[in-house]
Amino acid sequence: MALSKQEWLALEKKAHELRKLTLQTVAWAGSGHIGGGMSILDLLTVMYHKYLNIKVEDPKWEDRDRFILSKGHAAISYAPVLCDKGFNDVEMLKTFNLSGSKMGMHLDSNKVVGVDASTGSLGHGVSIAAGTALAARILGKDYLTYVATGDGELGEGSNWEGFMTLNHYKLSNCIVFIDRNHCMIDGNTEDVMKLEPLADKMVAFGFNTVTVDGNNISALCEAIDAAVARSKEPCAPSCIIMDTKKGAGIKTIEGDYLWHYGGIDDAMFEKFNNELDEDYKVRCERAEKEGE
Amino acid sequence: MAGGFVYTATSQTDLSTSEIYGKAIADIMQRDPKVVAVTADLAKSTKLGDVLKVCPERVINVGIAEQDMFGVAAGLARAGITPFVSGFSAFTSMRACDQLHTDICYQNVNAKIIATHSGTSFGQAGSTHHAIVDLAIVRAMPNITLIVPADGYETANAVNAAYDNFGPYYIRINRGFDRVLYENMDYGFEVGKAVEINPGSDITVIACGSCVLQAKEAAKFLENADGLKVRVLNMHTIKPIDKEAILKAVTETRRIITVEDHSVIGGLGSAVAEVVVEAGKGCAFKKLGHQDKFAPIGLHEDIMAEVGIDANGIINAVREVMKADFEEDDNWDDEF
Repeated sequence: MALSKQEWLALEKKAHELRKLTLQTVAWAGSGHIGGGMSILDLLTVMYHKYLNIKVEDPKWEDRDRFILSKGHAAISYAPVLCDKGFNDVEMLKTFNLSGSKMGMHLDSNKVVGVDASTGSLGHGVSIAAGTALAARILGKDYLTYVATGDGELGEGSNWEGFMTLNHYKLSNCIVFIDRNHCMIDGNTEDVMKLEPLADKMVAFGFNTVTVDGNNISALCEAIDAAVARSKEPCAPSCIIMDTKKGAGIKTIEGDYLWHYGGIDDAMFEKFNNELDEDYKVRCERAEKEGE
Repeated sequence: MAGGFVYTATSQTDLSTSEIYGKAIADIMQRDPKVVAVTADLAKSTKLGDVLKVCPERVINVGIAEQDMFGVAAGLARAGITPFVSGFSAFTSMRACDQLHTDICYQNVNAKIIATHSGTSFGQAGSTHHAIVDLAIVRAMPNITLIVPADGYETANAVNAAYDNFGPYYIRINRGFDRVLYENMDYGFEVGKAVEINPGSDITVIACGSCVLQAKEAAKFLENADGLKVRVLNMHTIKPIDKEAILKAVTETRRIITVEDHSVIGGLGSAVAEVVVEAGKGCAFKKLGHQDKFAPIGLHEDIMAEVGIDANGIINAVREVMKADFEEDDNWDDEF
């Protein structure tokens, strides 16, 4: 079922604020992984503003849900999400990537509050998530573990080792997201290293797999609701392939692999901000039209 | 002595080093429900049989996937569990190097790695299964404590210490079948503190792992045959290394030989040399170990003999280094 208009609009508003803050962080830093940061931002928004059972005042709470950002380079949008949530001072974003900062291109879980795993080297998150989910089973806890990988990242064989473990131990308390933005540094994924048929691969690895529009907040929430519903009993783990656009929300760079990482000047900053506003209007219209 | 398990001379004789590890971890796991064993299809080879008997539900086997093994261990550790991760040292150090570096050391999680079949102890398996660069790799990683026990008793002590202290530990043991060095566990094992196996004032042999017993036997022979007083130090902890014991050896014996079943590049010898050089106190110095060559295939003792890290090799090296003099003249050619 689609989200209510009210909830959908509220989440769109938060996603828009976070996109603006991400763009601002790119401007402060001078450059950043803007493409992959924007493609996953709707997921980060719903995670931190709808699903994760966490306590900002007690970030190490042992019963909290975990979120592991395997595509660690999306820190350019993840750090704004964590600061906006209150885990860290928003002022810290002004130091992103600068010498002496606690925040760089890939977040250190021992320095940035709210980060559940230090990632950056690709292909690590799934196994860490598997261990986290196994720990819940061993300790008799009912927290959930969410992990988000990139699509190009799936070239790392270690992901598939982790997928096998999730399936073997029936870790349905772990939900895997794949940010299928179709781009990697050197080009489109299907040109650099063919991934398709990706959903079939995940099914073959034992996952209950769905593909959704990952930049449609309501569709994404529907898929997450279904995965959460089947997380209580040990069974096949869930995989949500999020069909997304690299740079989602900024028309100029949407879907362009060249914007994996980039710098922006003042003119671009203004232009991109305007494009985010335009995109927000379209999103709100959709929520008004399609929301329950 | 901390811990609830004690091994007798009989158990040491009957059990291989890795079997003692298996018993030690089984004892800990029976006491602490928040400890698990993690392995990559080597539960039997790494002697987790006792654990499988007492708490099979806490043995996590990820199949042949060392990278996954460390990631899983890091996730477990972050959630409050203490994982004891066991695998062949060749794979725990090299196959999963990035995961050891990033998931375990960088995140500084409370994971304990038991790296078995190290050095050339799995000699017949060849260089794919020898671990002669693992110390160099692991030693360079921040946050980790690196221990190379000399026998089963010391392995039990190291496992106890790893359990008692927070942070990543890498305990590098052999395939098993090690000969006995100690009579029991009560010899004052302390992480980061070398153990003097034999007193001596003429020269110091600093060894680790299976080379310690060889050094002890060499010292006994040299005392009888050459009248030499050879100090033997069991440098079981490679990191943090016992600087005090090394510098004491420099000033009191002025000659040092290091012995290890590892490349002479980056391991015990390099660690000792760093301490000596940084102290600005020169001494005669020789590193015994694999001389930048892959080892041949064979029985462990045969490989050790060929490489010159057995008692004979140590005796020859001591005699060579004893020729060094320390005249206060300008002729450097007659010094070692």
